[in-house]
Amino acid sequence: MGFLSFFSKPPRPLLQLHSGSFSLDRGGRVLATTLPSSFPPALILEIGRCVVDTFRDAQTAQLTLDELVVHYPGLSITARELRGGALVFLTTPASSLSTPKLKTSPL
Amino acid sequence: METRHKILLVDDDPDLLEVYRETFALLPSHPEVHTAPSGARAIAMLEAVPYRLLVTDLKMPKMDGLQLLSIVRRKFPELRTVVLTAMVDEQFRSRVYALGVDLYWHKPGTESEMKQFMECLESLLGRESEPGFRGMQSKSLVDLVQLECISQSSSMLRVTNGPFAGCIWINDGELIDAETEAARGEEAFQKILRWRAGNFEFLRAEPGRARTIFKSYNALLLETAQAFDEACNTDISASAMPGQAARGDASGLTALAQTDGVDFVLRITAETKVDSRGLENPDRLAGWTRKSLERFRALGETLQAGTLEQVAGLGGRRNVALAQKGQAALCVGWRQTFRAGEIRDRMKKILTLWAS
Repeated sequence: MGFLSFFSKPPRPLLQLHSGSFSLDRGGRVLATTLPSSFPPALILEIGRCVVDTFRDAQTAQLTLDELVVHYPGLSITARELRGGALVFLTTPASSLSTPKLKTSPL
Repeated sequence: METRHKILLVDDDPDLLEVYRETFALLPSHPEVHTAPSGARAIAMLEAVPYRLLVTDLKMPKMDGLQLLSIVRRKFPELRTVVLTAMVDEQFRSRVYALGVDLYWHKPGTESEMKQFMECLESLLGRESEPGFRGMQSKSLVDLVQLECISQSSSMLRVTNGPFAGCIWINDGELIDAETEAARGEEAFQKILRWRAGNFEFLRAEPGRARTIFKSYNALLLETAQAFDEACNTDISASAMPGQAARGDASGLTALAQTDGVDFVLRITAETKVDSRGLENPDRLAGWTRKSLERFRALGETLQAGTLEQVAGLGGRRNVALAQKGQAALCVGWRQTFRAGEIRDRMKKILTLWAS
């Protein structure tokens, strides 16, 4: 059976997801974050890019959105549109039972 | 002398064990209630003494509830099993029922839920002494209702379909009442009978139940079948209207659009065909739906956060929610007053309807 282990790949280490928030400007640059420094910056940028692009595409489709909420089993992303940029909250199921409530007044 | 039934209660929370031990002891049949703090201890106790009923939590350290149930099903096939859990994930319900469990119940949060749960337990204990077979049946609800009515039985048929639950009361072979999400009587009966898949259980009859259905079961079953056929035909004719592209659609898109709180429904099939109800020009929204779902699906993979469940977009004029099922995508427009949490819950129900 040792022969078969030759073909098996080592398991990929599981990414530790964290709760926290960050803000982005309209160019997709991170302005501020409360996420731990261990959280890969490239992933913060990737999340931010998805959120900003989705807001922008919604506007093109004549659908004006102020808030986006994305649910995965292991993470919820709540994003509020911020003058072309976004304020993004990440919530893991362990950290909270409910998604953060966002203020409706202009930030 | 009549022997008392024995119940074994398994949970890793000692406080909860104590509360449920005292509560179960109050059941009308006065069972002996024993407790075990772990799956391993439970198996040792089951091997030592014959029990009638096992009530277990799912989330436990070392041996979890699913592991315990699979061992129990193999070693003690006669034992009735009940899962009592705080987990609301529907996949667990399906997995548990696939293991042949008699009852899956969320930990009761209110007095009435507790009362209903106790009635189910009593019914399970009582049924033990009655002869008969048990197991999973692949029967339609029509078959089940006919079976109960023809045999002049009295029972309460409890049906679940994902997050939906409904009850049908039968007394002496006559349909007397039905209840589901904000509907009662004939309307509720028809709603329940439209579900195509789910789980069912027969519980003890309620002879004092007020009657709201006065038609014969045959007439009602016929009416329900006719209404279902008409709904399918409406779907087909509606899909021939401008802006509603797909033809021959009997998949219940109209029914989804008629759900309370829904403004519009848009579906993109695996062949990228766009089909909608309540939208004048669905193409732009379809493009955004497809793009957004693909974007967040890929993000979920990168983050290793699991399969994308839903995307909700809230705006001053419109609220939308998106979801995927295989290659198909769904975009639902929700009433503008709904908050994100409410949209998520309602969308779960829509997805269950879509799946069935």
